Amino acid sequence: MINVSVQPAPIDLASELAAVEIKGAGGIATFIGTVRGDDGVTGLTLEHYPGMTEGALIGLAEDAFVRWGLLGVTIIHRVGEMAPGDHIVFIGTAAAHRKEALESCAYLIDRLKTDAPFWKQETRGGEAAWVEAKASDEVAAQRWS
Amino acid sequence: MQLLYFAWVRERIGVGGEEVDPPEAVVNIADLMCWLSQRSPGHAAAFAEPERLRAAIDQSFVPLDTALGDAKEVAIFPPVTGG
Repeated sequence: MINVSVQPAPIDLASELAAVEIKGAGGIATFIGTVRGDDGVTGLTLEHYPGMTEGALIGLAEDAFVRWGLLGVTIIHRVGEMAPGDHIVFIGTAAAHRKEALESCAYLIDRLKTDAPFWKQETRGGEAAWVEAKASDEVAAQRWS
Repeated sequence: MQLLYFAWVRERIGVGGEEVDPPEAVVNIADLMCWLSQRSPGHAAAFAEPERLRAAIDQSFVPLDTALGDAKEVAIFPPVTGG
């Protein structure tokens, strides 16, 4: 089962985790990304490309589903305005064994960072600045190809 | 064709998108950015450093030297920063 959502609403961790707990799964891995409040950041705004974003996330979920023989995969990504501590992204993978669950979860967050059209803008006090892409994210994504 | 702009590209141009009909000489996305740069100082500022830009044709990422062909929707934006 594949479940993908791009939403302004906060991520309900308990219900998303319950939804990915597929019967027969021997292992469930999750990744939760949060808004960091370091470096004076007071807010984060996530912009995205409606339509392409959902398509990109569904494509990644389908790739992981087939490559690791998953039983379930969930990707939830928030958009809009957030505050430090808020959850930006939830990834859950269910598999027969832990190796497939853990590896596919790492694959999904690494590839999401380079393959899905989201843009972060940080606010510090009244100043807004677009976040620059990191070369290390590109390297992390390439290890899966 | 429908153009879409995101993040600081959108901010510099001042709109999230526009409908354009480029001339035949505009073959690929890099050509399109050169042509668009003449429309306003905001466009020129947005496309001044092509190496800082990425693009998608009909919702698939493509290199800037990709031919436009019969593209319906072309998006231009900075490198993505989700997750």
